[in-house]
Amino acid sequence: MEVIAKIDNVTKSYGKKEALSNVTFDVHPGEIIGLLGPNGSGKTTLIKILNSLIADYSGNIEIDGHSIGVHSKSVISYLPDEPYFEGWQKGTDVLEIFIDMYKDFDYDRCIRLLERFQIDPVMRFKEMSKGMKEKFLLALVMSRNAKVIILDEPIGGVDPAAREIILDTILENYSEEQTIIMSTHLIADIERIFNRVIFLKEGSVVLDDDVESIRMQTGKSIDELFREEFR
Amino acid sequence: MNFDPNIPIYLQIMDEFKKNIVSNNFTLGSKVKSVRDLAIEYGVNPNTVQRALSELEREGLLRSERTSGRYISDDEELIKKLKVEQATAIVDRFISDMRALGFTNKMIMETIEKSIQKDED
Repeated sequence: MEVIAKIDNVTKSYGKKEALSNVTFDVHPGEIIGLLGPNGSGKTTLIKILNSLIADYSGNIEIDGHSIGVHSKSVISYLPDEPYFEGWQKGTDVLEIFIDMYKDFDYDRCIRLLERFQIDPVMRFKEMSKGMKEKFLLALVMSRNAKVIILDEPIGGVDPAAREIILDTILENYSEEQTIIMSTHLIADIERIFNRVIFLKEGSVVLDDDVESIRMQTGKSIDELFREEFR
Repeated sequence: MNFDPNIPIYLQIMDEFKKNIVSNNFTLGSKVKSVRDLAIEYGVNPNTVQRALSELEREGLLRSERTSGRYISDDEELIKKLKVEQATAIVDRFISDMRALGFTNKMIMETIEKSIQKDED
């Protein structure tokens, strides 16, 4: 099977504490992977490593055949756990930056998504609610035709109705050649869109399996299994 | 569609298709929507839909044409068989529920007859 990302034996320590221990898995095109674990399990650390934001780790990572760097940045569309806009900036300022920075950015699609989210891009970010900022960022990230989409807690700050729209948006806007890796702790709302889940516990992978096999073998939902594992 | 997250979703999609076929909601021989459209409609992973459709194909309820997509089977014998299978499953479930209530075969038959009679009146 074709591999788009190879994560091999990745370990990251903060002082004596290991945030990630020998994390190893392959990612294939077309997958929607749920990266699941409680706060402090290493999800965001791993995602930051994949997005060149943390460099001092050990182990090997290959994305689209290249190590982390300029190429990996160009093929990953990343939604960070905290929006990075300045309050005085307008939505349109950030749209211009995306047009300049990313060749694969589909401006028309982004405008359509913003209309659907009922966000006027001439607004300044300080005028937007947390949920609006999250949706604005999601529209940007889902409008890149990138090979890998990494979403760190994409539905954390929005109400359940908006979650539905966000999930629909993800399903409608991803193509079979793309891969989505999504971290979340809100599993019940979202598990139906995963085909595979990876459980991180204290920096280690404790489960990595196809979701339908898990349901078949355990008779449990991913949410239930998660609650048992991390009780 | 609301799925039970404790049961593989592809099995639930298969059941949904079978229900729609035997109740004539799907016209026999008609074209099935694309995997992508069904994934969006059901709000599930496209791989899950793909798996459900492949299984239905294996059971003969769908047939796939290389260039134009998938179709609901027009094999009336097969559909009839499916209907009988589903009816048997309903009756089996009913009988086991009634036995759990402590009903004997005779009492079950009497209950059914009474209910059917009432329905006809």
